[in-house]
Amino acid sequence: MLQKLYDWVDERVDVNPIWRDIADHEVPEHVNPAYHFSAFVYCFGGLTFFVTVIQILSGMFLTMYYVPDIENAWNSVYYLQMEVAHGQIVRGMHHWGASVVTVMLFLHTLRVFFQGAYKKPRELNWIVGVLLFFVILGLGFTGYLLPWDNKAYFATQVGLEIAAATPVIGDQLRTLLAGDQTIVGAQTLTRFFAIHVFFLPAALFVLLGAHFVLIRRQGISGPL
Amino acid sequence: MHRGKGMKFVGDSRIKANKTQNVPKDYSEYPGRTEAFWPNFLLKEWLTGSVFLIGFLILVAAHPSPLEQQADPTNASYIPLPDWYFLFIYQILKYQFAGGEYIVIGAIVMPGLAFGALLLAPFLDRAPGRRVSKRPIATGLMLLGVAATIWLTYESVSSVDYQQRAEDYTVDVAAQETEVEVNTDHAGYGAYEANCMSCHGEQLQGSGNNPSLLATEKSVEEIQDIAVNGIGSMPEGIFGGSDEELQQLAEFVKETAEANSGGGSGGGSGGGSH
Repeated sequence: MLQKLYDWVDERVDVNPIWRDIADHEVPEHVNPAYHFSAFVYCFGGLTFFVTVIQILSGMFLTMYYVPDIENAWNSVYYLQMEVAHGQIVRGMHHWGASVVTVMLFLHTLRVFFQGAYKKPRELNWIVGVLLFFVILGLGFTGYLLPWDNKAYFATQVGLEIAAATPVIGDQLRTLLAGDQTIVGAQTLTRFFAIHVFFLPAALFVLLGAHFVLIRRQGISGPL
Repeated sequence: MHRGKGMKFVGDSRIKANKTQNVPKDYSEYPGRTEAFWPNFLLKEWLTGSVFLIGFLILVAAHPSPLEQQADPTNASYIPLPDWYFLFIYQILKYQFAGGEYIVIGAIVMPGLAFGALLLAPFLDRAPGRRVSKRPIATGLMLLGVAATIWLTYESVSSVDYQQRAEDYTVDVAAQETEVEVNTDHAGYGAYEANCMSCHGEQLQGSGNNPSLLATEKSVEEIQDIAVNGIGSMPEGIFGGSDEELQQLAEFVKETAEANSGGGSGGGSGGGSH
C-alpha cells in the first residue's frame, strides 16, 4: 500500500534522485565515534542543529500563548508558566535551549577552527557558519526582551546603548531596533518580536540550507 | 545518462519515464571503515541524540525557567544583568577606556575586530597546513580570545549574588496567591503611608532592592531605630514624625508581619532560588 503510494508519487514527481541525494552520503571512519571515541567532537555541529530544531518547535508552541504587547506580554508568560499544562516545560525548553545552542555552537566553532577545517576549499562554508553564529546571538538578544520582565527590560536598554554607540549610523540603528530614539516600550517589544519570530528565523533557514548544501558538495574535511 | 533520441517522458511533463532505482550506494570500496549515513550511521546517531535529549529534559525539569517581576521602567534600583553569553561585552564596557565616553572602543571597535577576524579567518590564515602546530599565530590568537572571553565573563559575575537577585527580583508566587492582609485602620498605617510606602509598597511587599517587611523578625525598638537611622542602602532621616507616630508605625509593621508570617517573604518559588 505504502509502496504503491510511493510509486504513484515517484512516477509523477521523480522523487527517487532527490531522496537518494539526501540519504546517500558516506560517513568516513575518522568522524565516526563508533570507531574512534575522540571523534565525538564531530557531534557538536549536529547537536547544534538538533537544539535549533527544538528551539523552532518549542517557539512555535510558545507563540500560541504569547502576546507581544506591553500590557499582556508578561501576564501571558506568567499564565503560560503557571497555569497552562506543560507550559513550564515548553518554556523551559526554549529558555534552556537558547543557552545550550550557544554552548554547542561555540564548541562546534572551536572544533572547526582548531582542526583548520575552514581552509581551502571550505572558506565559504566557514563564512556562512560565522554568519549563523551572529544570527543565533541575535535571536538570543531579541528573545531576551520578550517576557517583558525587569531583567529583559533593563538588559535590552544596555544592548540598545551598545547599538547606539555605532559610529555614524548609531542613532538610526537604535531607532530601527527600538522604534524610538529614547523610549524602550510598546514599539520596541513588537519590533523585537517581529525580528525574533520572522526576520532572523528567515535568515537562519537560508544560511542553514547553504551550510548543509556546502557540506554535502564538499564532503567533511579529511583526517589531520 | 540517456540523452537525445529515444528519451521517454511521463505524459507531456519533463519527468523521465525510465526510473532511477531506489538502492543505496555501495561504500565497501571506500577507504577505511566508511559506512553509509542512511541507515547505518543514523541508527547510532539517534541514540546519541536520545541520550542528549534526556539530559536536556532533566535540566529543563530540574530548573524551571526564571521569570522576574513585570518590567517597570521607573524602577531605579534595578541592577541590569544580560544573559550569560553577552556578559563579556557588558564587562568590557565597565573599563575606563572601553566605556563611558570611549564606548565606541568597547562596544564597536574591539568586538568588531574580534568577530571580523573570526569571519575572515580563512583569508587571514592562508597557509595550507591544518595542524595546530603549523599555525601558531592563528591558534594563539584564538586561545587568547577564548581565554579573554571566559575571564571577562567570570569577572562580570564573580561579585553577583544570584541568590540575592532571585530573592529580590523573582516573582513571588506564594505572596501573589495568598493576599496580604493590611489593616488600614491601624493607628500606624497613616505613618507608614506617609513615610515608607513609596519604597516598601502598599502591602509591605518591597520592590527591587527595597526588601519586603513581611518577613521581618526585628523587634519594635529595632524597627523604630531603622526608620530613623536607616540600614544598609536605606538612608537615615526617612521618618519625619513624632515619637508617638514612630511607636505606632513600628507596631503596625510588626503586627502586619506577624499576621502574614505564613505568607510570602522575598523568596520566590518561581525558579532560580532553589
